[in-house]
Amino acid sequence: MSTQTEPTAIHAQIVVEAPIERAFRVFTEDFDRIKPREHNMLGVEIAETVFEPRAGGRVFDRGVDGSEFQWARVLAFEPPDRVVFSWDISPQWQIESDEAKTSEVEVRFIAEGPERTRVELEHRHLDRHGEGWPSMRDAVDSEGGWPLYLQRYAGVITPA
Amino acid sequence: MQAYATATPWEALGDPTRRAIFERLVEGPSPVNDLARGLPVSRPAVSQHLKVLKGAGLVVDRQAGRHRIYAVDPTGLAQLRGELELFWSKTLAAYKAIVEQPTEEDE
Repeated sequence: MSTQTEPTAIHAQIVVEAPIERAFRVFTEDFDRIKPREHNMLGVEIAETVFEPRAGGRVFDRGVDGSEFQWARVLAFEPPDRVVFSWDISPQWQIESDEAKTSEVEVRFIAEGPERTRVELEHRHLDRHGEGWPSMRDAVDSEGGWPLYLQRYAGVITPA
Repeated sequence: MQAYATATPWEALGDPTRRAIFERLVEGPSPVNDLARGLPVSRPAVSQHLKVLKGAGLVVDRQAGRHRIYAVDPTGLAQLRGELELFWSKTLAAYKAIVEQPTEEDE
Protein backbone atom coordinates (compact mmCIF):
# COMPACT_ATOMS: atom_id res chain seq x y z
CA MET A 1 0.00 0.00 0.00
CA SER A 2 1.42 3.35 -0.92
CA THR A 3 0.40 6.23 1.25
CA GLN A 4 0.42 9.84 0.17
CA THR A 5 2.89 11.58 2.40
CA GLU A 6 1.35 14.54 4.12
CA PRO A 7 4.12 16.40 5.89
CA THR A 8 2.00 18.02 8.57
CA ALA A 9 0.28 14.86 9.75
CA ILE A 10 1.18 11.40 10.92
CA HIS A 11 -1.03 8.40 10.31
CA ALA A 12 -0.82 5.17 12.21
CA GLN A 13 -3.18 2.27 12.50
CA ILE A 14 -3.41 -1.09 14.16
CA VAL A 15 -5.94 -3.93 14.10
CA VAL A 16 -6.75 -5.46 17.46
CA GLU A 17 -8.65 -8.61 18.31
CA ALA A 18 -11.28 -7.01 20.49
CA PRO A 19 -14.85 -5.74 20.10
CA ILE A 20 -15.14 -2.05 19.31
CA GLU A 21 -16.59 -1.12 22.71
CA ARG A 22 -13.71 -2.76 24.53
CA ALA A 23 -11.20 -1.30 22.07
CA PHE A 24 -12.44 2.22 22.80
CA ARG A 25 -12.74 1.68 26.53
CA VAL A 26 -9.24 0.28 26.94
CA PHE A 27 -7.67 3.05 24.89
CA THR A 28 -9.15 5.77 27.04
CA GLU A 29 -9.49 4.12 30.47
CA ASP A 30 -6.16 2.33 30.36
CA PHE A 31 -4.24 5.13 28.69
CA ASP A 32 -2.15 5.11 31.82
CA ARG A 33 -0.76 1.70 30.86
CA ILE A 34 -0.50 2.45 27.14
CA LYS A 35 1.45 5.68 27.10
CA PRO A 36 5.18 5.04 27.21
CA ARG A 37 6.09 5.82 30.81
CA GLU A 38 9.51 7.18 29.89
CA HIS A 39 7.86 10.06 28.05
CA ASN A 40 8.00 12.10 31.18
CA MET A 41 8.10 15.87 31.33
CA LEU A 42 7.82 16.00 35.08
CA GLY A 43 10.94 16.19 37.16
CA VAL A 44 9.87 13.10 39.06
CA GLU A 45 8.59 9.62 38.25
CA ILE A 46 5.06 9.39 36.87
CA ALA A 47 2.63 7.75 39.26
CA GLU A 48 -0.22 7.71 36.77
CA THR A 49 -1.57 9.23 33.58
CA VAL A 50 -5.16 10.45 33.88
CA PHE A 51 -7.44 10.61 30.84
CA GLU A 52 -10.69 12.33 31.79
CA PRO A 53 -13.34 10.60 29.64
CA ARG A 54 -15.37 13.54 28.38
CA ALA A 55 -15.16 16.42 25.93
CA GLY A 56 -13.43 19.23 27.78
CA GLY A 57 -11.60 16.75 29.98
CA ARG A 58 -7.89 16.88 30.63
CA VAL A 59 -5.11 14.41 30.04
CA PHE A 60 -2.27 14.71 32.49
CA ASP A 61 0.60 12.88 34.10
CA ARG A 62 0.71 12.90 37.87
CA GLY A 63 4.10 12.52 39.47
CA VAL A 64 4.83 10.49 42.57
CA ASP A 65 5.16 13.76 44.47
CA GLY A 66 1.69 14.91 43.39
CA SER A 67 2.86 17.35 40.71
CA GLU A 68 0.90 17.38 37.48
CA PHE A 69 1.76 17.88 33.83
CA GLN A 70 -1.30 18.46 31.71
CA TRP A 71 -0.35 17.79 28.12
CA ALA A 72 -3.71 17.40 26.37
CA ARG A 73 -7.32 18.56 26.29
CA VAL A 74 -10.06 16.17 25.22
CA LEU A 75 -11.71 17.85 22.22
CA ALA A 76 -14.21 15.13 21.32
CA PHE A 77 -15.29 12.01 23.20
CA GLU A 78 -17.68 9.82 21.21
CA PRO A 79 -17.61 6.21 22.38
CA PRO A 80 -17.11 3.79 20.80
CA ASP A 81 -16.21 5.51 17.54
CA ARG A 82 -13.89 8.42 18.06
CA VAL A 83 -11.80 10.45 20.45
CA VAL A 84 -9.90 13.64 19.68
CA PHE A 85 -7.43 15.33 21.95
CA SER A 86 -4.99 18.19 21.66
CA TRP A 87 -1.22 17.79 21.86
CA ASP A 88 -0.05 20.63 24.07
CA ILE A 89 3.61 19.69 23.95
CA SER A 90 6.13 21.88 22.18
CA PRO A 91 8.97 20.47 20.08
CA GLN A 92 11.16 21.15 23.13
CA TRP A 93 8.95 18.77 25.13
CA GLN A 94 7.64 21.57 27.28
CA ILE A 95 4.04 22.45 27.99
CA GLU A 96 2.65 24.62 25.18
CA SER A 97 0.24 27.09 26.71
CA ASP A 98 -0.61 28.83 23.44
CA GLU A 99 -3.42 26.74 21.95
CA ALA A 100 -2.70 28.18 18.50
CA LYS A 101 0.60 26.34 18.60
CA THR A 102 -0.77 22.94 19.51
CA SER A 103 -1.52 20.01 17.23
CA GLU A 104 -4.26 17.43 17.65
CA VAL A 105 -4.71 13.68 17.65
CA GLU A 106 -7.80 11.89 16.38
CA VAL A 107 -8.31 8.21 17.10
CA ARG A 108 -11.05 6.39 15.19
CA PHE A 109 -12.36 2.94 16.00
CA ILE A 110 -13.86 0.89 13.16
CA ALA A 111 -15.43 -2.51 13.78
CA GLU A 112 -14.11 -5.06 11.30
CA GLY A 113 -16.04 -7.86 12.98
CA PRO A 114 -17.64 -8.69 16.31
CA GLU A 115 -14.21 -9.37 17.82
CA ARG A 116 -11.98 -7.23 15.64
CA THR A 117 -11.45 -3.48 15.53
CA ARG A 118 -9.25 -1.29 13.37
CA VAL A 119 -7.82 1.70 15.20
CA GLU A 120 -6.77 4.62 13.01
CA LEU A 121 -4.73 7.39 14.53
CA GLU A 122 -4.03 10.76 12.95
CA HIS A 123 -1.74 13.30 14.58
CA ARG A 124 -2.31 16.43 12.51
CA HIS A 125 -1.55 20.15 12.24
CA LEU A 126 2.06 19.52 13.20
CA ASP A 127 2.96 22.71 11.38
CA ARG A 128 1.30 24.67 14.18
CA HIS A 129 4.34 23.82 16.30
CA GLY A 130 6.42 25.60 13.67
CA GLU A 131 7.94 28.31 15.79
CA GLY A 132 9.74 25.75 17.89
CA TRP A 133 11.65 24.23 15.01
CA PRO A 134 14.79 26.37 14.95
CA SER A 135 15.39 25.92 18.66
CA MET A 136 14.59 22.27 18.27
CA ARG A 137 17.33 22.06 15.68
CA ASP A 138 19.71 23.58 18.23
CA ALA A 139 18.54 21.16 20.87
CA VAL A 140 19.34 18.24 18.62
CA ASP A 141 22.97 19.27 18.64
CA SER A 142 23.14 19.54 22.40
CA GLU A 143 23.74 16.56 24.59
CA GLY A 144 20.74 17.06 26.81
CA GLY A 145 18.28 17.61 24.01
CA TRP A 146 16.54 15.39 21.60
CA PRO A 147 19.35 12.82 21.18
CA LEU A 148 19.30 12.06 24.88
CA TYR A 149 15.57 11.79 24.79
CA LEU A 150 15.65 9.34 21.90
CA GLN A 151 18.46 7.37 23.43
CA ARG A 152 16.33 6.82 26.49
CA TYR A 153 13.60 5.83 24.14
CA ALA A 154 15.84 3.50 22.18
CA GLY A 155 16.80 1.77 25.38
CA VAL A 156 13.21 0.70 25.85
CA ILE A 157 12.74 -0.74 22.39
CA THR A 158 14.53 -4.00 22.85
CA PRO A 159 15.13 -6.22 19.83
CA ALA A 160 12.96 -9.32 19.67
CA MET B 1 13.07 -5.07 -5.37
CA GLN B 2 10.51 -2.93 -3.63
CA ALA B 3 9.85 0.69 -4.39
CA TYR B 4 11.59 2.50 -1.56
CA ALA B 5 10.90 6.17 -2.12
CA THR B 6 7.23 5.99 -1.14
CA ALA B 7 7.62 4.88 2.46
CA THR B 8 6.15 7.12 5.11
CA PRO B 9 8.16 7.63 8.30
CA TRP B 10 5.71 5.30 9.96
CA GLU B 11 6.46 2.52 7.48
CA ALA B 12 10.16 3.31 7.43
CA LEU B 13 10.49 3.03 11.20
CA GLY B 14 8.29 -0.04 11.37
CA ASP B 15 11.33 -2.16 10.60
CA PRO B 16 13.53 -2.90 13.64
CA THR B 17 16.79 -2.67 11.66
CA ARG B 18 15.83 0.69 10.20
CA ARG B 19 14.82 1.90 13.63
CA ALA B 20 18.23 0.82 14.94
CA ILE B 21 19.96 2.68 12.11
CA PHE B 22 17.87 5.79 12.67
CA GLU B 23 18.55 5.77 16.38
CA ARG B 24 22.29 5.51 15.76
CA LEU B 25 22.08 8.51 13.43
CA VAL B 26 20.26 10.44 16.13
CA GLU B 27 23.45 10.11 18.16
CA GLY B 28 25.44 11.68 15.33
CA PRO B 29 26.12 11.62 11.58
CA SER B 30 27.85 8.53 10.29
CA PRO B 31 29.15 6.95 7.07
CA VAL B 32 27.54 3.73 5.87
CA ASN B 33 30.50 1.58 6.85
CA ASP B 34 30.36 2.67 10.46
CA LEU B 35 26.63 2.05 10.57
CA ALA B 36 27.06 -1.44 9.13
CA ARG B 37 29.58 -2.32 11.83
CA GLY B 38 27.78 -3.59 14.87
CA LEU B 39 24.58 -4.35 13.00
CA PRO B 40 23.76 -7.92 11.97
CA VAL B 41 23.17 -6.94 8.35
CA SER B 42 25.42 -6.42 5.35
CA ARG B 43 26.63 -3.05 4.13
CA PRO B 44 24.44 -3.20 0.97
CA ALA B 45 21.47 -3.96 3.20
CA VAL B 46 22.26 -0.94 5.35
CA SER B 47 22.42 1.18 2.18
CA GLN B 48 18.98 -0.03 1.15
CA HIS B 49 17.59 0.76 4.59
CA LEU B 50 19.12 4.24 4.37
CA LYS B 51 17.39 4.78 1.04
CA VAL B 52 14.07 4.03 2.70
CA LEU B 53 14.81 6.39 5.58
CA LYS B 54 15.86 9.07 3.10
CA GLY B 55 12.71 8.55 1.03
CA ALA B 56 10.65 9.00 4.17
CA GLY B 57 12.35 12.31 4.91
CA LEU B 58 14.03 11.08 8.07
CA VAL B 59 17.66 11.26 7.01
CA VAL B 60 19.81 13.27 4.61
CA ASP B 61 23.18 12.42 3.09
CA ARG B 62 26.18 14.30 1.80
CA GLN B 63 29.38 13.29 0.09
CA ALA B 64 32.57 13.86 2.10
CA GLY B 65 35.63 12.73 0.17
CA ARG B 66 35.18 9.05 -0.59
CA HIS B 67 32.49 8.64 2.01
CA ARG B 68 28.80 9.35 2.02
CA ILE B 69 27.77 10.67 5.41
CA TYR B 70 24.23 10.13 6.63
CA ALA B 71 22.54 12.27 9.26
CA VAL B 72 19.11 12.81 10.72
CA ASP B 73 17.17 15.25 8.55
CA PRO B 74 17.86 18.67 10.07
CA THR B 75 14.48 20.16 9.33
CA GLY B 76 12.39 20.44 12.41
CA LEU B 77 9.24 19.02 10.96
CA ALA B 78 10.96 15.84 9.85
CA GLN B 79 12.45 15.45 13.31
CA LEU B 80 9.18 16.08 15.02
CA ARG B 81 7.53 13.57 12.73
CA GLY B 82 10.20 10.98 13.35
CA GLU B 83 9.93 11.39 17.07
CA LEU B 84 6.15 11.26 17.11
CA GLU B 85 6.18 8.24 14.79
CA LEU B 86 8.24 6.43 17.39
CA PHE B 87 5.96 7.62 20.17
CA TRP B 88 2.77 6.42 18.48
CA SER B 89 4.39 3.22 17.26
CA LYS B 90 5.24 2.27 20.80
CA THR B 91 1.93 3.48 22.16
CA LEU B 92 -0.16 1.44 19.71
CA ALA B 93 1.97 -1.66 20.26
CA ALA B 94 1.42 -1.37 24.01
CA TYR B 95 -2.27 -0.78 23.42
CA LYS B 96 -2.62 -3.91 21.28
CA ALA B 97 -0.91 -6.02 23.91
CA ILE B 98 -3.24 -4.72 26.63
CA VAL B 99 -6.52 -4.77 24.72
CA GLU B 100 -5.93 -8.34 23.57
CA GLN B 101 -5.29 -9.68 27.04
CA PRO B 102 -7.94 -12.28 27.79
CA THR B 103 -10.77 -11.04 29.97
CA GLU B 104 -12.27 -13.17 32.73
CA GLU B 105 -15.07 -14.54 30.53
CA ASP B 106 -12.61 -15.64 27.84
CA GLU B 107 -10.92 -19.01 27.80
